[in-house]
Order: sequence, then structure tokens, then C-alpha cells
Amino acid sequence: MNEILRLIESDARLTSDEIAVMLGKEKGDVAKMIEKCEADGVILGYRAVVDWDKTDREYVTAFIEIKITPRRDRGFDALAERIYKYPEVKSLYLMSGGYDLACIIEGRTMKEVAYFVAQKLAPMEDIVSTATHFVLRKYKYDGVVFGAVEEDTRGHDFI
Amino acid sequence: MKPYEELLSRTVSSLEPSGIRKFFDILDEMDDVISLTVGQPDFITPWHIRMAGIESLESGRTYYTSNLGLMPLRESISRYLARRFSLKYDPKTEITVTVGGSEAIDAAIRAVCNPGDEVIIPVPCFVCYEPLVRVAGGVPVLLETTAEDNFKLSPKRLRELITPRTKLLILPFPNNPTGAVLDRYDLQKIADVLADTDVLVLSDEIYAELTYGERHVSIASIPGMRERTILASGFSKAYAMTGWRLGYVCAPAEISREIFKIHQYAIMCAPTTSQYAAIEALEAGDPDIDMMREEYDRRRRYITEGLRACGLDCATPDGAFYVWCHVGMFGMDSEEFCRRLLYEHGVAIVPGTAFGKCGEGYARISYAYSVAHIKKALERIGKFVAEL
Repeated sequence: MNEILRLIESDARLTSDEIAVMLGKEKGDVAKMIEKCEADGVILGYRAVVDWDKTDREYVTAFIEIKITPRRDRGFDALAERIYKYPEVKSLYLMSGGYDLACIIEGRTMKEVAYFVAQKLAPMEDIVSTATHFVLRKYKYDGVVFGAVEEDTRGHDFI
Repeated sequence: MKPYEELLSRTVSSLEPSGIRKFFDILDEMDDVISLTVGQPDFITPWHIRMAGIESLESGRTYYTSNLGLMPLRESISRYLARRFSLKYDPKTEITVTVGGSEAIDAAIRAVCNPGDEVIIPVPCFVCYEPLVRVAGGVPVLLETTAEDNFKLSPKRLRELITPRTKLLILPFPNNPTGAVLDRYDLQKIADVLADTDVLVLSDEIYAELTYGERHVSIASIPGMRERTILASGFSKAYAMTGWRLGYVCAPAEISREIFKIHQYAIMCAPTTSQYAAIEALEAGDPDIDMMREEYDRRRRYITEGLRACGLDCATPDGAFYVWCHVGMFGMDSEEFCRRLLYEHGVAIVPGTAFGKCGEGYARISYAYSVAHIKKALERIGKFVAEL
């Protein structure tokens, strides 16, 4: 099953029939397995990888380190949920090391992100401190290199 | 001065230039061609291997190496062959690092051939063996492999072709262009034929890491065969390192000594940067091999199924990255089929005749391309075949 998932993860537009052919499996079996993964929440969605820098859309991304006060009566999960429910939050991770939560925020302008951190995030009960880092350039995301389009420079010599 | 044809080597003049040059010159001038012709991986050399080459340059390692190749590299090759194919070669006396598998093949043939010696070459095959045998003064004896035998080498045909003048059998498996492989059982039967003869074997195992069923078996690991086997291999296909031009040749010390002389005088040593990169490949590149093989394997199934859906007839290849596809059922020869496919639908594949006369009726279709690329090509091939 992991083989199927790895293939879909690398190219979500592959059909279940194509995946079955590539892996030498029964077409019906692969279709069923994929449906089950969708039903069980193993596959959560299918989407394109977009390089927005090649469009005229204005946006900024910030990476925010969050330190929190651990409470005896509730764990990290409850606070995390209060944070990730904001649609501005693109990603949220619980971290080991120097801070507790790593949060990736996207906004239209730096001002908008700053406002979100100052007004929504920082005042939250249990949050001790935040450190906001703005992203200057995205080189690679989720295994995909941004900017360059690789060309096949192999000659036609067939030997 | 006399005309050139009277001055130059008659042997070399008599050689055909490789392939069907004109066909491929056309390709460069056409737009919107989808090519499935290339005989090298589409992967770029893994980054950690490239880094090892870069670091060797940064450290100023720009001198010749030992003629035989860097000792640490020969030791790595020795360990690699033991680890992956249960072979034992002494890095001091039995391994020579060469400029690609091609030099290994050339030097091996020249080291063993006396004028008039017969060399048995299975065809269809990679284009270099026959010309190199001729240049070495040998006489090529062609052994046709057939669809009935799944393009494996027939021990019966081999026995028929062996004469007192037979010096060498070339054994290019996994095979370019047919994708055929020989398993332990096939090799044992060949070994049985050779056992009572003085015939040597040049085993070209450049595609050894690209088999999709059982792992590759080297004839040198069959009991009694090591002493008569010269193993030629390299880094191009296993590690996607074609441009680094690095290979090696392994043989018993008595044969290696002779090969080494040719290498020493003709080449001096293989490129130093490539040798450092190759150590990294051998020591840390096993996962890269597996990743690339798995990818080729998926494409192999995909393209075979796709070609069959187009109405073409092809066996699923067991090794390398080519489909040897039957195209002879449309009342035209292979070249005509390939030319029309190229002109009318913009897909380039290689006519089987480029790999010997017996390749008539076939075409070699490479799957060293992304699935998306193969998919586009298959759509066009499907349209073409539907019109025939």
C-alpha cells in the first residue's frame, strides 16, 4: 500500500489504472485500496504545486516560533487546535528543542501577518513568546525545486 | 600525396559508421518530437556523488592517478562485486579502472585476439562489439538470438558455432536492445558448453543492476567460469553517471596484466574526478540504485502495457531500460516504420536494424524517460498504428 501512496504523492493525477499497471497489480484492487485510503483519512486531498512567484499574486509567508507554558490540565493539542483553526495558518508543528510550536502563516502583506501575530497569536493564554521570521525566497518545497524548469539535455545518440 | 583511401587503415575504412546517422540528424532539426531513443538514464547523478567529485576538485586532486586507478576505488569495486554479485577480485592484480565500460570492452578484446581469431557475438546487440573485434584483427561470428528463445543465448547454437579458431564469446546480458537476461540456469548451460573448450568469455555486465525479477547473476560466479571470464562493467547505468566516463574490467591476474598494458599505453588513467565520485557511489549509493531501478520497473510495466494497447507486440523486458518491440506486421520494414512514425506523428524510436540485420522487424524503444513523456509518446504511437 505504501508503494501506491508514494506514487500518488509524487503525481496525484495518475489514475488508479495507471498505478495498477506500473506496480503490476490488479486494477480493481488498486482502485479499492485508494478509496479505502480516502475513506480512512490516509489520503486527505489532491492538489497542485503552484509557484506563486511566477504570478502577479502578492503574498508573504512567515515562519513563527512559539513558546508556550505547559499546563497540567491540558496538553499541547488543545492550544494547537486553537491556533490551526485560523485559516491564515498554513502549517503547524509540535517541535522538540528550543521552542514548542512551529507555525507557518501566509498573508497578503507583512502588515497583515504582523497584525495576526500581534492581535491573534501573541495574546493567547499559554503563549509565552513568539518570534516571527519572514520568508524571503522559496527554493524547494515538499521535494519540488522552485524556479528552475529542468530540461532534457541528452543528445539523440542512441548508443 | 596519394588519395586518402590508399593512405588510411583498410580495416577502419571498411567499418560502417555507427547507427543510421541521417535519421538522427533529422531529429535535431525537427520541432515537437517526442524521443524514445536515448540509451542513457534520465536521472542526474545523485547529488552526494556529484559532491564527492566537486570536493575532489576543491581539494586540488587534479593529477593522474595510478594507471590501474585509485587503490581505494579498486578496493571499493572489489567489495561491491562481492556484496552484490558474490564475486571475488583482487584489487591489486585483477581490477583495472577504465574510461567507461566501452574502454573495458575494447581493451579486453584487443588483449586476447590474435589475427584471425573468431569471436562469437550474440545479435541483435549493442553496436560496438563487431567493429572493435575487426579492429583487433578478429573475425566476428554472429549468433542470432530469437523471440522463440526470449532473445536468450541458445547453448545449442553456441555449440554449433564453436570452432578450433574460436577465441572469445561476448556475453552482453542484461541485453541492449532486447532487454533479455540470463539466469543461473541459462548460464550453467552455457558454462557446460564452454567447459571442454579454450573459449574465453567477455561478459558485458553494464546493466547488471537493472534487472526486474531475480537479481543479476554473473557468469564469473558459475563454478569453473571465473578463470576464463573477463568482466566489463561501469558506473553509467547503475548510478546514472554516463558523462563521467568511468568503468572497470576484472579478470584473472594473467589476463588483467595484458589488458592493463593497453590501458596504460593508450589511456594512462581514467579521469581522476570521476574516480573520487565513483568511490562515493560504491560506498553510499546502493539506495540510489534501488530508487532508480524501482522507477524503471514502473515505467517498464507502463510502457509495455501501453504499446500492447496500441496494437504492437512486445515481450516485457527483464533487464536494461528498453522494450524490443515487434513492428514488422504492417508491411513495411523497421526503418520505414520508424521514419513514418517520426515524420507523421513526431515520435522517434530506433529501428531494430541499427543493432544488426537480424533486428529487422523490430524497434528499440527506450523508457529512460518520465511517465508523463512516455504517456504522450504512447498517445501518438497509438494514433499512428490505428491508421496502418
